[in-house]
Amino acid sequence: MSSTFLGMPARPPRSPYGEGHLRGDQAFPQAAARELGNRQLRDNLHKATRTIRAKRLAVTAELPDWEELRSAGAALKNEAMSRLPELLEQLEAKVTEAGGTVHWARDAAEANALVAELVAATGSREVIKVKSMATQEIGLNEYLESQGVTAHETDLAELIVQLADDRPSHILVPAIHRNREEIRRIFLERIPGVDPDLTSVPAELAAAARAYLREKFMTVPVAVSGANFGIAETGTLSVVESEGNGRMCLTLPKTLITVMGIEKVLPRYADLEVFLQLLPRSSTGERMNPYTTLWTGVTPGDGPQEFHLVLLDNGRTAALADAVGREALNCIRCSACLNVCPVYERVGGHAYGSTYPGPIGAVLTPQLAGTHAAKDDPNASLPYASTLCGACYDACPVKIDIPSLLVELRHQTTERTGRGAEQLAMKAVAAVMGRPKLYRAAQKAAAIGRIAAGRDGTISRLPPPLSGWSESRDTPAPPRRTFRDWYASEEGRRALAAAAEHQDLDETPEGER
Amino acid sequence: MRIGLFATCLGDTLFPDAVRATALLLSRLGHELVFPPDQTCCGQMHLNTGYQREPVPLIRNFAEQFGDTSIDAVVMPSGSCAGCVRHQHMTVADRYGDAALRAGVAAVKDKTYELSEFLVDVAGTVDVGAYFPHRVTYHPTCHSLRMLRVGDKPLRLLREVEGIDLVELPEADACCGFGGTFAVKNAATSSAMLADKLDHVTSTGAAVCTAGDSSCLMHIGGGLSRISSGTRTLHLAEILAATHTAPHALTEAAR
Amino acid sequence: MTTRDTARDTVLGRVHDALGLAPRSPVAVPRDYRRGRTLPDDERLGLFTDRLVDYQAQVHTCTSAETPATLASVLTRLSASRVGFPAGLDPAWLVDWHGEAVEDRADVPAPDLSALDAVVTASAAGCAETGTIFLDGSADQGRRALTLVPDAHVCVVDLSQVAVGVPEALARLVPERPTTLISGPSATSDIELERVEGVHGPRTLIVVVRTDA
Repeated sequence: MSSTFLGMPARPPRSPYGEGHLRGDQAFPQAAARELGNRQLRDNLHKATRTIRAKRLAVTAELPDWEELRSAGAALKNEAMSRLPELLEQLEAKVTEAGGTVHWARDAAEANALVAELVAATGSREVIKVKSMATQEIGLNEYLESQGVTAHETDLAELIVQLADDRPSHILVPAIHRNREEIRRIFLERIPGVDPDLTSVPAELAAAARAYLREKFMTVPVAVSGANFGIAETGTLSVVESEGNGRMCLTLPKTLITVMGIEKVLPRYADLEVFLQLLPRSSTGERMNPYTTLWTGVTPGDGPQEFHLVLLDNGRTAALADAVGREALNCIRCSACLNVCPVYERVGGHAYGSTYPGPIGAVLTPQLAGTHAAKDDPNASLPYASTLCGACYDACPVKIDIPSLLVELRHQTTERTGRGAEQLAMKAVAAVMGRPKLYRAAQKAAAIGRIAAGRDGTISRLPPPLSGWSESRDTPAPPRRTFRDWYASEEGRRALAAAAEHQDLDETPEGER
Repeated sequence: MRIGLFATCLGDTLFPDAVRATALLLSRLGHELVFPPDQTCCGQMHLNTGYQREPVPLIRNFAEQFGDTSIDAVVMPSGSCAGCVRHQHMTVADRYGDAALRAGVAAVKDKTYELSEFLVDVAGTVDVGAYFPHRVTYHPTCHSLRMLRVGDKPLRLLREVEGIDLVELPEADACCGFGGTFAVKNAATSSAMLADKLDHVTSTGAAVCTAGDSSCLMHIGGGLSRISSGTRTLHLAEILAATHTAPHALTEAAR
Repeated sequence: MTTRDTARDTVLGRVHDALGLAPRSPVAVPRDYRRGRTLPDDERLGLFTDRLVDYQAQVHTCTSAETPATLASVLTRLSASRVGFPAGLDPAWLVDWHGEAVEDRADVPAPDLSALDAVVTASAAGCAETGTIFLDGSADQGRRALTLVPDAHVCVVDLSQVAVGVPEALARLVPERPTTLISGPSATSDIELERVEGVHGPRTLIVVVRTDA
């Protein structure tokens, strides 16, 4: 046991800078503006998010106890976080007992090195992969590549993204930004031996992927997966999927390596009864996803005979140390918040610069990787990538209050930023608003804004930082008289008195006057 | 009831017509109005931009201005300001305030209402005796909808307005893209959201797009003005305040 | 101390530190969602069938005595000539079928299972509300590869095994067994969210529900 168990608690470190995919190279407003220029992307996202929203609403409305399930899901994740040390040790013991080997990784670099070492021990130069957010987050494919090992993504969308040298843009549907014609072109260019007459009919494209990957499933002896849930009580792991590529990877190879974030642990096997209802309905809008695999260590004569579980920190303990922000760790990666987010719908996933896009990404990425690891850290802009409209909170199956988390992260950002121009302005405004006399004087000064207005009483151009606003909106000139001046005036007093007297008259309309 | 009217800084300074309509409506419905003269701002812009120390004096002032126990309810023509008072003031009081501030915030937040909530839930009124003979479409603002859960209360009030031609706004519950400082910090994304909202508003052919928040209306109205649309924005209170005896200027102009 | 021991201790130490810095109060988990539900046989069958059909699975019902005839008819309609079955399957089930029945053995390499036109298995449980069948690797269901590699899966489910909802179905499982939940044939919605049936798993799923078993 390390001495940190006894001494003063130290704040755990964030995911180290420069490893994996938890930071973009541009701040959100710039990255978003770049993506907004892509008409194709906008159209694809518009269509896709609407389709999936409708499906989700239909199947969640079907369950009369949906709200109770959400509450149970939220409480179970909170329970797991509060009991994390004992649950992780229990999971480790149970997996080991069942013939698996458990490894721990402090960060992305350590996890990547561990997996590469385990692959090397098998002698294979190839691995097949189940779609996994954790291995995306740590940049495992790129690392394996650097070690001379080829990782084949086997989820259709991940394959599309990989073949196109692209990055995923959605948690559930990573190629949501690509339409069928683009996918056809990618397949024609990158899949060896593909039928040159391939059409863009989705069923045909899927069949081409099936034929290409079939050979990999049958021959590659090592698979790498993530895990949706890890059950401490029994050591059972699970992968929830649709295509059967997960079953192939989890069943056919000799060796299976699973990389799981430590926050994925659940106390009891019976807890799956909640999450296997919440997850499929929230993510794909289905009553149940086509395939779920549950495995416990190694089963003689069935499936991989060598199993490794890598438990990953990579900033999760830093998030856990934040009394407010840690709620983001409850995420079960369903992507419902992406599909309802008006910002995500316009800009897509790449604008967030992280494996985790959308509303949950805007709170999870800064929690894992921090917002001040570099000068002008792009992650510092993520908490502001929201109008706080709240649609994500309503859609979240484990009730993560994303708007409140965003506000909290904004607060943490301003606390750390120091004396920016914005902070000075905010202080100045607060100083005025906090003193009624000054406030009234400022109102009078605001009326000077009338000068800037045109003859129609509107202001059509404002100086920076408000120039972005005035690009597509007119602003009304401040009126001559504030409400309080009217209220205090003789006219106001008379109007209010008349209204009070007319309270009965309104019942009987006077007709045309 | 004895009502403390909170004008909101935006309403008081930039959109006094909406506050005036709120005051006239509440008076017409027989309520006694109190306007604490030293009221300023609820601090929403600070809070939502990430500043929590700076608005402490604002929050304290709000609690002091409306803390008077003779005030039965604090009513404001803004869903987002009501949301800020009810759901965010305590966060700041807990973190940066003292016991007095926490007590003050707790007392005031439980009697704070957005206008339509007050009318339907507290005053128990759905028909306010309004007359507004125009085609109107209603945009439910995000904070009214999801923070305060006002639900269809504004629509129930509008449906009772005499002469109104109420038309449904397509994709009504989609955010207009304002989001306070979001519209400045992320102006391009905000504009893309606004463009879709404007398409939906103009597709209704309504003369008026209404809502319960002057800030969202400033955004939508600013966009409608820029594209020289035939639709204008009016606060919900301005429609509910209009009667046969005191018709809205829009009605008078149409005569 | 090896590097790995250090990583383990460091991560667990960080978790302790995190919970020390921001302690959280114990949580009671509200379990007032629907559990322990029951429904009469006909309603469970109706719900199960409706959900399976909704996923494009084919559903047949029969009595226990009709099992051999039903399976023979299903396999004939599939035009299957080689059909695999797990060693523990009731041998009587395939007596009416006259094609080649191949008993699975653990030493058959998985790729060789591609040569089978279909596979017939029993099941461990079913869930009516979601149209899910559960396989747990018992002798009458076989190893996981057997129901994965062949392109058609014929699964026999007894109505008594079909629970109403997910909590009731999960309660019937043995956690430590390798378990597969199957809800319709393999599918993807990765291309413009348009559902395509049949990617890597079996493209055809046929469920035979025995109503008296």
